[in-house]
Amino acid sequence: MTHAARARKYEPRQAPTERVATSAMIASLAAEGYDTVSAPFGHALAEAARHDDRIVGLSADLAKYTDLHVFAQAHPDRFHQMGMAEQLLMSAAAGMAHEGFVPFATTYAVFAARRAYDFICMAIAEENLPVKMVCGLPGLTTGYGPSHQAFEDLAIFRGLPNLTIIDPADAADVAQMVPAMIEHPGPVYARLLRGKVANVIPRYKPDYRFEIGRAQMIREGRDVLVVSAGIMTMRALDAAEALAADGIDVAVLHCPTIKPLDTDTILAEAGKGRLLVTAENHSVIGGLGEAVAATLMRAGITPAFRQIGLPDEFLEAGALPSLHDMYGLSTKAVGDRIRGWL
Amino acid sequence: MTAVSPQSRSNLSLAQRAHNIRHHALRMGEVQGQGYVGQALGVADVLAVSYFHALNTRPHDPEWEGRDRFLLSIGHYAIALYAALIEAGVLPEAEIETYGMDDSRLPMSGMASYTPGMEITGGSLGHGLGIGVGMALGLRRKGGGQFVYNLMSDGELGEGSTWEAAMGAAHHKLSNLICIVDFNDQQADGPSTETLSAEPVADKWRAFGWHSQRVDGNDLDALVAAFDAARAHDGPEPRVIVADTRMCRGVPFLEAREMTHFVRVEPEEWGRALAVLEEGAPR
Repeated sequence: MTHAARARKYEPRQAPTERVATSAMIASLAAEGYDTVSAPFGHALAEAARHDDRIVGLSADLAKYTDLHVFAQAHPDRFHQMGMAEQLLMSAAAGMAHEGFVPFATTYAVFAARRAYDFICMAIAEENLPVKMVCGLPGLTTGYGPSHQAFEDLAIFRGLPNLTIIDPADAADVAQMVPAMIEHPGPVYARLLRGKVANVIPRYKPDYRFEIGRAQMIREGRDVLVVSAGIMTMRALDAAEALAADGIDVAVLHCPTIKPLDTDTILAEAGKGRLLVTAENHSVIGGLGEAVAATLMRAGITPAFRQIGLPDEFLEAGALPSLHDMYGLSTKAVGDRIRGWL
Repeated sequence: MTAVSPQSRSNLSLAQRAHNIRHHALRMGEVQGQGYVGQALGVADVLAVSYFHALNTRPHDPEWEGRDRFLLSIGHYAIALYAALIEAGVLPEAEIETYGMDDSRLPMSGMASYTPGMEITGGSLGHGLGIGVGMALGLRRKGGGQFVYNLMSDGELGEGSTWEAAMGAAHHKLSNLICIVDFNDQQADGPSTETLSAEPVADKWRAFGWHSQRVDGNDLDALVAAFDAARAHDGPEPRVIVADTRMCRGVPFLEAREMTHFVRVEPEEWGRALAVLEEGAPR
């Protein structure tokens, strides 16, 4: 399927018999049957700011597309529009952190990681400043194409000292990570789920609370251990339900903090003899999967290991559900692969 | 020359301050056998006017909330800022002997975590002005009357981030932000006007919405007038002073060299440079 569309650049196309609307920038990733919460990041930040004068919001012409508009409407004098200038966004956030503020800076993950990296590295991380970067369209969450698909942001950021990295799964994670990020003294990069965000984990584990640096078992299982982050925790949980009908018992260890990784929990669970599958909404290079693999190798614990993630290629444009099927991120694709590995 | 203790310095002229800054910088260069001394000699007058005329600081309390912020965007000019901080009494003169060495507070590139009075980690060029925008916004939010000064180089005018920050500062009407461009027309590969020319520089800043002045950066009276005008300007614009300086100013035999970005000084030349500087000392 690699670059299939581009290899046929000069072939005219017919209208499809079944129309699939592409989701552009406002995809709701919730599978059918999940409740959704509207703009959990924006509401959580607006609420936190009511009790904390240090909080300010900055965006690079993407407040509306990162749910920061909710904060901006609640606290208009604490919102600073930086325009389409991501280098300025990150360095100005650093400057405000120097002055004692806790700035939340939002843009798309591609622009933070690719365009503003040097400023995140030297102006923010090197000085260990409490800038909180919350960035939309992580991994494959838009069908818009590689310009907006941050399939390698975790690989870029994992090498950065001082930086905490969060990949939330659902509305609960997104809402709860906000106060945790404020409490954390250093810089944080969080992948954002915005718009209508599914409430997934509370259905499986009602007492779940997000904590920075902690992986938590959401579903127990004897045959397979899935270590997942971000929306792939939702996919893994849904796939586990389907596999249970076939008598395959899948555990799902949700690992929303990519760095620092909860190596103690991962090693304890990895040592129980199950097939270990990592699942991430990111390239198979440089993300959760390789972080887990290195953890296992360093500890000398080597279960059978498989990776679910995006291939090492520029992804195609199209309708998001089709792309999730194509690249193996859909619930069905996850279930089929796990079944095939047993 | 003999060192003058900080306590006895209060009535020294700006010319004497600039001379002392040059002296301290050359001494650091001598200790390490290398350094960006060309820039330090060139920008010494700007630093003298900054630290001994314009800035509101407390040398013994470098993190005093009421201080004016001074950002060294050009991290490689650290040798110059250390010299100014020594002259101001923020750093002890004896630490000149540690310049660039293990465990020194004076690393060759300026970093906030190493040195009192070093507000930011510079060095990756084109960062200081954007950070200054955030600081100026933050100070305005806090209601303080402090100024943020950002010292940058003409080479940094090539960085796109400089112009992002210039637009942002004007858009947000940051009248508490003063940018100083040390225009010595030298960057790593040669004259900046022949590398990626930013001329007409003063007009560019004006077009970006700044109160813009261009002065002889080695003329103390002109610098004093420019700093005064920048602070006193009654308008919402951020302020820039483009200061034309001469690399290696004060040591003519170095000034005459062509490649002065990382000026080569032979071991036996350091003493001569210090002696030549002393000959030109203010009386």
